[in-house]
Amino acid sequence: MKILLIGNPNVGKSVVFSRLTGTNVIASNYPGTTVEFTKGYMHLPSDSGEIAEIIDIPGIYTLDEPSSKAEQVALEMLEQGDIVLNVVNATALERGLNLTLQLLQRNIPLVIALNMWDEAGHTGISIDAEKLEQTLGVPCVPTTAVTGQGFKELVSRIKDAKPGTFSFNDDERWQAIGNIIEKTESIIRHQHTFRDKLADASISPVSGLPIAAAVLYVSFLIIRTAGEALITYVFSPLFEHLWAPVLLKMSSWFQGRGIIHDILIGRLSNGEIDFEQSFGLLSTGLYVPVAAVFPYVCAFYLVLSFLEDSGYLPRLAVLADNLMHRLGIHGNAILPMMLGFGCNVPGVLSTRIMETDRERFITATLMVISVPCMAQLGMIVGLLQSGQHGMTGLTILFATLLIVWIVLGLILNKTIKGESMEIFLEIPPYRIPYIRGLAKKLWMRIVWFFKDAIPWVIAGVFIANILYVFGIINFLGTLAAPVVSGVLGLPKDAVGALTIGFLRKDVAVGMLVPLHMNLRQLIIASVVLTMYFPCAATFATLIRELGLKAMFKSALIMLAATLITGGLLNLVLKLAL
Amino acid sequence: MIPLTQMPKGAFGIIVQIAGGRRMLLRLDSLGIRPGKSIRKISQQALRGPVVVEIDRTQVAVGFGMASHIMVQPSGNPD
Repeated sequence: MKILLIGNPNVGKSVVFSRLTGTNVIASNYPGTTVEFTKGYMHLPSDSGEIAEIIDIPGIYTLDEPSSKAEQVALEMLEQGDIVLNVVNATALERGLNLTLQLLQRNIPLVIALNMWDEAGHTGISIDAEKLEQTLGVPCVPTTAVTGQGFKELVSRIKDAKPGTFSFNDDERWQAIGNIIEKTESIIRHQHTFRDKLADASISPVSGLPIAAAVLYVSFLIIRTAGEALITYVFSPLFEHLWAPVLLKMSSWFQGRGIIHDILIGRLSNGEIDFEQSFGLLSTGLYVPVAAVFPYVCAFYLVLSFLEDSGYLPRLAVLADNLMHRLGIHGNAILPMMLGFGCNVPGVLSTRIMETDRERFITATLMVISVPCMAQLGMIVGLLQSGQHGMTGLTILFATLLIVWIVLGLILNKTIKGESMEIFLEIPPYRIPYIRGLAKKLWMRIVWFFKDAIPWVIAGVFIANILYVFGIINFLGTLAAPVVSGVLGLPKDAVGALTIGFLRKDVAVGMLVPLHMNLRQLIIASVVLTMYFPCAATFATLIRELGLKAMFKSALIMLAATLITGGLLNLVLKLAL
Repeated sequence: MIPLTQMPKGAFGIIVQIAGGRRMLLRLDSLGIRPGKSIRKISQQALRGPVVVEIDRTQVAVGFGMASHIMVQPSGNPD
């Protein structure tokens, strides 16, 4: 049996999902498109012990006319369910009923969860659930997903799901909703609370921007500190003390040399494994994804999930809208940009929340060019902070990417044809994130990272080895020297990193380590690696999402922007550093 | 009757009409913004930025262009 979870955005749908399902949750792609949904399983309380599949569908407001690709997918998936569990925000009943009535009209068996029941109580709203159930003719269960209140009843009533008995004229849907509300809901005006004041302060222009700057800075600090701590105290020692002896033992079986030895274990320095430079599949190939990158990815997703679940992101969208509007996109594009910092692939996927092709193109292109993924960034942090450079390198890197993002956006907005919409976004009240839901989300993202990253990293290291062994890197280096050395001011050997960067950016950054470049070259190489081309996984996703022609256009923009930025940076930094 | 963009911060009003195409009307309608509803302006970002309003006890950010097409009858300012 398939149960679909449907509801408006911000009604606590994913918390309901976490409550209902066990740990066995997977994110998967909807066949035919690349839109992700989440799927899990639950036991139904019956003698047969039947297991139902639960699918969490992206939030939608209406079935009338899908305004984005995400809504379109939600509509298509509606056809496949046996039962719809409609999650309605009890504090915004009227808006929720708009979707409910549209579902009723399709004669799908329905159960309604009146979620956020406690919050409704606190804000002075009381709903007569029994009367609502009689009126609509489908089970209506009050729930509070974060505490679990009402879930026993909800689960036990899933079997009572049925098409409703409420009939109305669709041209007068709001009229019908108004009548239902009048019969079932009563409201006492509530007092302004501290939370409301904080909510107002964070979108008022005067206090909002400083708050946003502080939130982003603290997020950055947490990610960096937590990432570094995990590496220094957990992962590095694990590799140095436990894994290195194993590898050395293996190395001795090969008498420390030979092609197989060099590919598997890599080149030893003074008889020791150097996890950053040995470049064997089992040394650097495992060290990069597990020890150097994963701690940052983990810390990043923890912070991002918190920003998402607390309700801060929509406020950031409102504050950033002004600037983004001038780049031909709008505040909603903050989500793809933030997700891109985790990994560019989900960043590209989430551009489907934008309404028009033009917005999707600009968002994806800007994100891929100027947002480095956490895997790459983790390696860059290590690279730029080696020696006495401190924060200088990172600061210049971020400033450069921000300028590129703005200037390129302004240009794209002037030159790309088509239509862009304006921001239109619900801003939920601040909520304390539900820890179990947060943990589940974090876990899914971590699993996804390992499944996705490790094969690519290993492949990257393997191909890098092959290219070196056969002298191909050397050949390419000579070929590309005029551009790489002449324009960008990088050593010829950096071509190796740029080549592998097509495959996997963190490995590419790792290849820069043994080149012993100066700070100017390190910065330029990091900027160029971020901008010039997406990694293979992102590239494939871009083709699927934008189409081949648009991807080709986007790639040309990337290359041009990289050469100009890298060249300018070379000139400026020569004078400044 | 004034456009939403000219309404003072914190003021209440009732939406009288929305001058826009079908698509814009549908979009606004999905979040409950339609003629006859009472609305409160929470904030407005500088330089023709988005307007944040409260409607049905929830807050919604509306782009400046759209907001300037929403005509409102002010109904007092309780603050």
